[in-house]
Amino acid sequence: MTATRIRNGRIIDPANGRDELADLLLIDGRVADPNTALPPETRVETIDATGKVVAPGLIDLHVHFREPGQSAKETIATGSRAAAAGGFTSVVCMPNTSPAVDSPSVVTWILEKAKAEACINVFCTGAITKGLAGEELAPIGSMHKAGIVALTDDGRCVQNHEVMRRALEYARMFGLTVMDHCQDYHLVGKGVMHEGIVSTALGLPGWPAVGEEIIVQRNALLAELCDTPIHCQHLSSGGSVRILKEARSRGIKLSGEVCPHHIALTDESIRSFDTNFKMNPPLRTQRDIDQLIEGVADGTLTVLASDHAPHCSYEKEVEFDLAPFGILGLETELGLFLDILLHKKRALSLSRLIAMLTVEPARLLGIDRGTLSVGAHADVTILDPDLEWTVDKESSASRSRNTPFHGWELKGRAIRTVVAGKTVWSL
Amino acid sequence: MSAPLSPVPEWTHKDLVSIEALSPAEITGILDTAAAFKQVGTREIKKVPALRGKTLVNFFVEASTRTRTSFELAAYRLSADVVNISASGSSLAKGETLKDTAKNLEALHADMIVLRHSSAGASQFLAERLQASVINAGDGAHEHPTQALLDTFTIREKLGRVAGLNVVIVGDILFSRVARSNIHALLKLGAKVTLAGPSTLVPRAFESLGVTVTHDLDAAIGDADVINLLRIQHERQRKEYFPSLGEYTALFGLTKARAQRLKPEALIMHPGPINRGVEIDSDIADSDRSVILDQVTNGLAVRMAVLYLCAGARKPL
Repeated sequence: MTATRIRNGRIIDPANGRDELADLLLIDGRVADPNTALPPETRVETIDATGKVVAPGLIDLHVHFREPGQSAKETIATGSRAAAAGGFTSVVCMPNTSPAVDSPSVVTWILEKAKAEACINVFCTGAITKGLAGEELAPIGSMHKAGIVALTDDGRCVQNHEVMRRALEYARMFGLTVMDHCQDYHLVGKGVMHEGIVSTALGLPGWPAVGEEIIVQRNALLAELCDTPIHCQHLSSGGSVRILKEARSRGIKLSGEVCPHHIALTDESIRSFDTNFKMNPPLRTQRDIDQLIEGVADGTLTVLASDHAPHCSYEKEVEFDLAPFGILGLETELGLFLDILLHKKRALSLSRLIAMLTVEPARLLGIDRGTLSVGAHADVTILDPDLEWTVDKESSASRSRNTPFHGWELKGRAIRTVVAGKTVWSL
Repeated sequence: MSAPLSPVPEWTHKDLVSIEALSPAEITGILDTAAAFKQVGTREIKKVPALRGKTLVNFFVEASTRTRTSFELAAYRLSADVVNISASGSSLAKGETLKDTAKNLEALHADMIVLRHSSAGASQFLAERLQASVINAGDGAHEHPTQALLDTFTIREKLGRVAGLNVVIVGDILFSRVARSNIHALLKLGAKVTLAGPSTLVPRAFESLGVTVTHDLDAAIGDADVINLLRIQHERQRKEYFPSLGEYTALFGLTKARAQRLKPEALIMHPGPINRGVEIDSDIADSDRSVILDQVTNGLAVRMAVLYLCAGARKPL
């Protein structure tokens, strides 16, 4: 028997409505009743959490760990260490690897590799369509048996509404949530940044907000038709929030997530042509930021995620329109959300913020994580919401360095990450 | 050099990446320097030793004849050594990055790199990474600074001033680096700028730059002191922006009828290459009011001035 006692912390467990000073006892990889009598020979590790917050292990349901096929950018091993350093005990990997996750053998390969090399829980999504090509359904049932937790063509978007409809109907048989990267290819074209005043001034091809919104609206209609959930990934536009809000008010099973960069930065950053500000969907305007934060505050957006997207420096250090989309996210995510949503904007309570990183994504995907109920997996994140720190990309655990947040001063971060009762990272 | 080269004391830039980053005094300084160099071009011996011993690389990742030739001649007249590189003949075609290719050029002691590239921001990208001077000869739809300088030089030369003039720029503004650089230069020098063209190619967002947007050329043409017609492209990717060249000409071409409505002293400009009968009537292009070939001649003097100033501002290696 091994036991860990986290003493005297402020336990915030939104799934159980708990917010109180208490001890947390972990025994053999599970959360135990703190009053459990331990045999005298038990080795008990004690962690003092006085003045800190003890939360369920954080979940990021949107990361790119790049394996198989793109291990120069990131590996499951390095990505999981970056996750642990950001306070995350579970992540959900996107399927746009090389080859794509569109067969049970790739799913098995990833999960085996994660078991061997990852210091946190790595969950895997499967592609909606073969090769992420948007045409034929991938072997969804076989991938479900192999262990995927959701479906998405992330990085790509199914353009054919009939294919999307049938995918939703088929996925329902397995209880798999379909997640969608919302992008209309015709409207977006070769767009590399938000279409607006800045793109007009710079002469860079624009990626209009309507290119996202039209697919969010499509998803609202299909989710209603099929009575099946659709989760809209990394929403960037205020218009998407409005569509989501209207759909949810009518009981449609549509949900949405927001990423730190979309509430921290605007398209003005791109005046420098720095490719660390190039992401998909793109950085938009202050008005979009305000509407996204309002969507977090009023409960329209229910999940916070990073879209952790590592790229090699040599891939990013090219002409703006040739650079790949995406930035690192896991190690700055919690700090940015605490700094912006909790401290600066006061958009929500700490408990709600934690819920959006724990029980909300767990319920969306139906995974048994995200709570500190007795008997739950002993995944715990200890955080200090008031700790001031400076982002240093050179200290990142990721294989890549593509972050626009280097040098930012943030308030709040994780200080210890515990997976299955064992500390995998501490500050 | 005996030409009265007025110094531009505030000129401290090793690069010329954009007009947007220049002050009105710096723009005027370039134009004044160009005026002195234009004098040199009329002499029996057109060459001056200002850049003797310097190496200039004309690095044209996107095809160009006029601009490349103009920079090449400008460099020769300043006594620089010149190397021309095109994309198909360079290691970019073999997959080398822009940064690596440029670093190799610098390792060969290139002092100045003139870059034409299809990506907006490419010149700034190199300027931030090289000791060598980087001169933007067109980066995507972003800027084409020397074109705007030669256009304003021509306006100033022909009309005696730029401030207070009404300049109408017509055509495919959305995809035009010439338009963006001209907008900045003209506004900084005090002109009023009107953009005219189809609503698909002249979106209202341009008003944020401080210009007037119109889709009615006939309403704007009577007040124009200068009309600058941009080349219209329909052959490749513009088919969803307007239906046909014929309809474009009917709405926005400088036809004989429209030219009649211009003020008698108004200048007709075009950055070239012109599509006769499309954006401009063939006879109008050849008329007295057309300064299209003056623009080309002035381009040489303007580019000499730019090379001269940037070379002077560069710190020795």
